[in-house]
Amino acid sequence: MNIPVYLDYSATTPCDPRVVERMLPYFTDTFGNAASRSHAFGWTAEAAVERAREQVAELIGAHPKEVLWTSGSTEANNLAIKGTAEMYREKGNHLITAITEHKAVLDPMKRLESQGFEITWLPVDSEGRVDLAQLAAAITEKTLLVSLMAANNEIGTLHPLKEIGALCKQKGVLFHTDATQAVGRIPLDVEAQHIDLMSLSAHKFYGPKGVGALYVRRRSPRVRLSAQMDGGGHERGMRSGTLNVPGVVGMGAAAELARVEMPVETERLRQLRDRLEARLLRDNPDAAVNGDRERRLPNLTNVSFPYVEGESLIMGIKEVAVSSGSACTSASLEPSYVLKGLGLGDERAHSSIRFSVGRFTTEAEVDFAAERVTAEVKRLREMSPLWEMVQEGIDLSQVKWTTH
Amino acid sequence: MAYNDKVLDHYQNPRNVGALDKNAPDVGTGVVGAPECGDVMKLQIQVAPNGTILDAKFKTYGCGSAIASSSLATEWLKGSTIAKAEQIKNTQIVQELALPPVKIHCSVLAEDAIKAAIEDWRKKQATTQGAAKA
Repeated sequence: MNIPVYLDYSATTPCDPRVVERMLPYFTDTFGNAASRSHAFGWTAEAAVERAREQVAELIGAHPKEVLWTSGSTEANNLAIKGTAEMYREKGNHLITAITEHKAVLDPMKRLESQGFEITWLPVDSEGRVDLAQLAAAITEKTLLVSLMAANNEIGTLHPLKEIGALCKQKGVLFHTDATQAVGRIPLDVEAQHIDLMSLSAHKFYGPKGVGALYVRRRSPRVRLSAQMDGGGHERGMRSGTLNVPGVVGMGAAAELARVEMPVETERLRQLRDRLEARLLRDNPDAAVNGDRERRLPNLTNVSFPYVEGESLIMGIKEVAVSSGSACTSASLEPSYVLKGLGLGDERAHSSIRFSVGRFTTEAEVDFAAERVTAEVKRLREMSPLWEMVQEGIDLSQVKWTTH
Repeated sequence: MAYNDKVLDHYQNPRNVGALDKNAPDVGTGVVGAPECGDVMKLQIQVAPNGTILDAKFKTYGCGSAIASSSLATEWLKGSTIAKAEQIKNTQIVQELALPPVKIHCSVLAEDAIKAAIEDWRKKQATTQGAAKA
């Protein structure tokens, strides 16, 4: 077992060695520019890029021509949202998203809002789900795009893509989904789920960092985007810039591995996650899972350990790499807006830890993590005035706190 | 974020964790902060009639820097006097623990906790003296 144990696969994954092996020749021997049409160096690179396009397309049920390469999901989200808004500005000025989306969706939306577009920010319920009736009611004649993520990055809650997609199709608005966390972890199908635009990132499924893709529907309807980067007109004019050929090859290889191995891998990850979660809940009184326990990613659990602050817990379990919804791990003092959005109280956000297992996680690692977390929660609770009050029978919600 | 060695030391080996009898007349208790803000400190002092702080204990819910700030505060309080304790400034805690700007509120909270504990002790003194006179 390697220490520290890595349980933060939702932040990033290591490259699968098989992926790296496929990438290596494209750094040195076959280094051509995929846009060079005049010689074999370019042709070889282009063939590799097109092969990768097929591999990514196959994973999500798309046509290869519908896959655009980007630098990652942040760029894909920006291109999808701003690109649609600009392209269809004459048709409408309204976009819909939810408050628990990733910043790479929320911030492009805010930018559009500042430029005069109208944005509907849908709330979520206590498990992170949007209300489809509320979504339907929000769609107007001016609505251009609905952007709702496939799986939430903090709590793993899945949005019902198929139902959302069908609704958007029926109402004649475009549907974008940020599938960063979902790709390779749950089956996705742009046809069955009526998805018009989908953002993907290679490093979340054992590919390299710095490469991603945007799926852009070509038929019924044909989606057009206003380019956000001007230049040589690569990627059908929608995303200029010389392609990162080794990265693209890596993303393709990772997509193929994900497609082939997902059925078995998903089940294995689910068992590891369930084992970890069961131990944490069994051994830590009052611990609670955040998000939807039924419809969620198989590899992630977000657990709150009341009366213990998340950052101090992370500090104590330095042999385990996880992340927290606590304020203190970020530069701001605000706790996770996703957990706040569930309406469960800020304290629950301050006490939350996200555990995410992956391809290289073992049972021994999961057991070790559960033991370390439990020991540290116990130690910190002994030090916690909140825990002491609860033991004395004091109801914390009735205490008059001195906020600062 | 990488932590300063002194913060780590106080976090791993916190001094004076525990509780004093909050109903005792010579014990002052200060509880500051709020769970929804991510930190709550409880600081207690036991004071001799001459104003010497005989003992100090703390319990803290909060990040590592909050735990370290309150642990350090109890170290400084123990054996000190009320007069000196009132002079402790959050900036001294910031300096001693080399807290980054984003953690300065932890030191402010520790200073507030000291003040709250002293105030509670003073109130108790006033009531016991008042009771003695009556």
